[in-house]
Amino acid sequence: MGSEGMTQLAAKWARRGPVRAPALAVLQYHLVGYRRTWRGGVFSSFLLPTLTVLGFGVGVGAFIDQGVDGVSYLEWIVGGLLASTALQVAIAESTWPVYSSLQWTKIYFAQYAAPLRVADIMAGQLAFVLFRVLASAAAFLLVTGVLGALRSPWAVLALPVAVLLGLAVAAPTYAYAATASSDSWLALLFRFAVIPMTLFAGVFFPVESLPVGLRWLAYATPLWHAVDLSRAATLGTAPVWSVTGHLLYLAAWAVGGWLLAHRALRRKLVV
Amino acid sequence: MTTAQPLIQARGLVKRFGSFTAVDAIDVAVRAGEAFGFLGPNGAGKSSTMRMIGCVSPPSGGELRILGMDPVRDGPAIRARLGVCPQLDTLDPELTVRENLVTYARYFGIPRRVARLRAAELLDFVQLSERADSKVEPLSGGMKRRLTIARALVNEPEIVLLDEPTTGLDPQARHLVWERLFQLKQQGVTLVLTTHYMDEAEQLCDRLVVMDGGRIVAEGSPRVLIEQHSTREVVELRFAGESQEPFASKLDQLGERVEVLPDRILLYVPDGDAAVAQVTALGLHPINVLVRRSGLEDVFLHLTGRTLID
Repeated sequence: MGSEGMTQLAAKWARRGPVRAPALAVLQYHLVGYRRTWRGGVFSSFLLPTLTVLGFGVGVGAFIDQGVDGVSYLEWIVGGLLASTALQVAIAESTWPVYSSLQWTKIYFAQYAAPLRVADIMAGQLAFVLFRVLASAAAFLLVTGVLGALRSPWAVLALPVAVLLGLAVAAPTYAYAATASSDSWLALLFRFAVIPMTLFAGVFFPVESLPVGLRWLAYATPLWHAVDLSRAATLGTAPVWSVTGHLLYLAAWAVGGWLLAHRALRRKLVV
Repeated sequence: MTTAQPLIQARGLVKRFGSFTAVDAIDVAVRAGEAFGFLGPNGAGKSSTMRMIGCVSPPSGGELRILGMDPVRDGPAIRARLGVCPQLDTLDPELTVRENLVTYARYFGIPRRVARLRAAELLDFVQLSERADSKVEPLSGGMKRRLTIARALVNEPEIVLLDEPTTGLDPQARHLVWERLFQLKQQGVTLVLTTHYMDEAEQLCDRLVVMDGGRIVAEGSPRVLIEQHSTREVVELRFAGESQEPFASKLDQLGERVEVLPDRILLYVPDGDAAVAQVTALGLHPINVLVRRSGLEDVFLHLTGRTLID
C-alpha cells in the first residue's frame, strides 16, 4: 500500500511536465558530486593563497623596496592574484568536466534524454563553476585579510568581479572543451592561454611596463580587466580604466562565450 | 485495443546525416500497452529511429508524433513522459547507485523526498538495494544495466525506450532484465526496444518490424512473421566432404527453399520428418541431421542476408 501510494505520488509529480527551474536540478547534481571531494579542495583553497601571498608578496616583495604606485608589493599584488585564482578555477572547472561529460561518462546525453534543454544543462554546470570560483575567491580574500594584505573594506567587491571573470572565461572555455576532439587540446589551453595570461595581464607587474604592442594584447585579455577592478577594490583606489568599460568588456566575453558554448553543445547533443 | 490514437506515429520518417540516409521513409505505429521491437543488423537505422522517438534527434523528413505531440517543438514535454535506456550506459561513475537515481529524478521536477522513496522502490525492483550506497564504478555490466533501467523508470514513464537492453550481459542478467521488462509490460507500460537477439524479440515483443538499410522489410507479430517469411520447419543436413554444394543440387526439389552454407545445407519445408525420409529415398546419407521449427532468426537471416555488417 505504502509503495503503491508512493508510486502514484511520484507519477503525479512527473506528469506535471517540464520542470520550472531545471537548471537548478542540474546544479544540485553537480553539488552532490562535489560533496564527495570538497574536503581536499578546501584545504588547498586556503593553503594555496597563503603560500602565494608569502612567496610572491613577502618573498619577491622583499626585493622591491620602493613598492608599486606607492603601496607595498604584497598589497599591490593581492588583487591580481585573486583574479588569477578565479581564472584558474573557472577554466579548470569548465575543461575536463565538460569534456568528460560528453566523451567519457556521457552524462550530458543522459541529461538531455530527461526534460532538460541544452541551455539548462549548460546553465547548471556553469552555475556550479561560478560557485567554485566564488568559494575559492572568498577563501583567498579571507586568508589575505587575515594576513593584513588588504588595504580597504572595498575588497569585498573583488568577489563579484571574480564571479564575472569566472563566467567571462568559463563560457568560452566550455565551448572550446565541447568542441575538442581529444583531451590533449585541453592541456594546450593552459599552456597557450592561461599561463601567458597569468604572466602578462598585469597580475605580477603593471601592463604599462610591457612594450606597446604586447600591452594591447594584455588589454584584450579578460583577465586584465578583472585584475584592474580587483586591485582597485583591494587597494581602495580607482581603477586605471573605467569601471563600466571593464564590466561591459567582461560581460561581452560572457555573452559571446555562452552563445558559442550553446552552439557547440547543441551540435553534440542534437544530432 | 480501443485506443484511438497510437502513442507513437511515424509516417514517411526520414533521418539523413549529410548524404547518408540512415532511416529511409518508414511508417510505424506503436499502440498503448504493447511491446514493440525494432530488429535489424548493425547500421539498419534502429538507433537513429530510437533517438528520433526519444526527441533528441530532429527528423530530416516525414511526420512523427509522440503522445500526440511534435518532438521538435514539444521535446521537453514529451521527454518528461518517456524513460530512456540508451545502448551505452551514461551513469555517473563517481556517484553512488542511489545518488544516480535521486539526482536524475530531480531533472523531472520530482521533490527530493519523493525521489528518495522512488529510488528505494526501484532499486528493490532491479535487485540492487544492497548496493544502494556503493559507487557505480566497480559494479558489473549487468548491475549497471539494471541501474540504467531503474533510472529510466524514475518518472513513471508511459513509454520506455530500450536500445539493445541486454547486449553484453551474461544469461542470468539477461533473464532478470527480461523478467523486469515483462513485469513493466504487465503494468501497462508501453515498451519500445531494439535488439538483434531473436530470442529477446520472441520473448518480449507483441509486434516488431525488421529493418534493413534504413527501411522496414517486414512487420508483424513474431508468429506471423515466421508464417509469412519462413516454412514451418527447417531441416539441417551435413554431408561428409570438402563441400556441401554437390549434394545441394540433388536436393533442390525437396524444400520450398534450399540454402547452402559452408558446413551444412538448410531445407525449408512444411514437414521436416517427411523431408528427411525423401533425402534417404534419394540415396543420400548425411552425417548429421537436425529437424527443428522455424524461428525468428530464420526470418531475420532470410530478410537481411547472411553477409556480415560491420
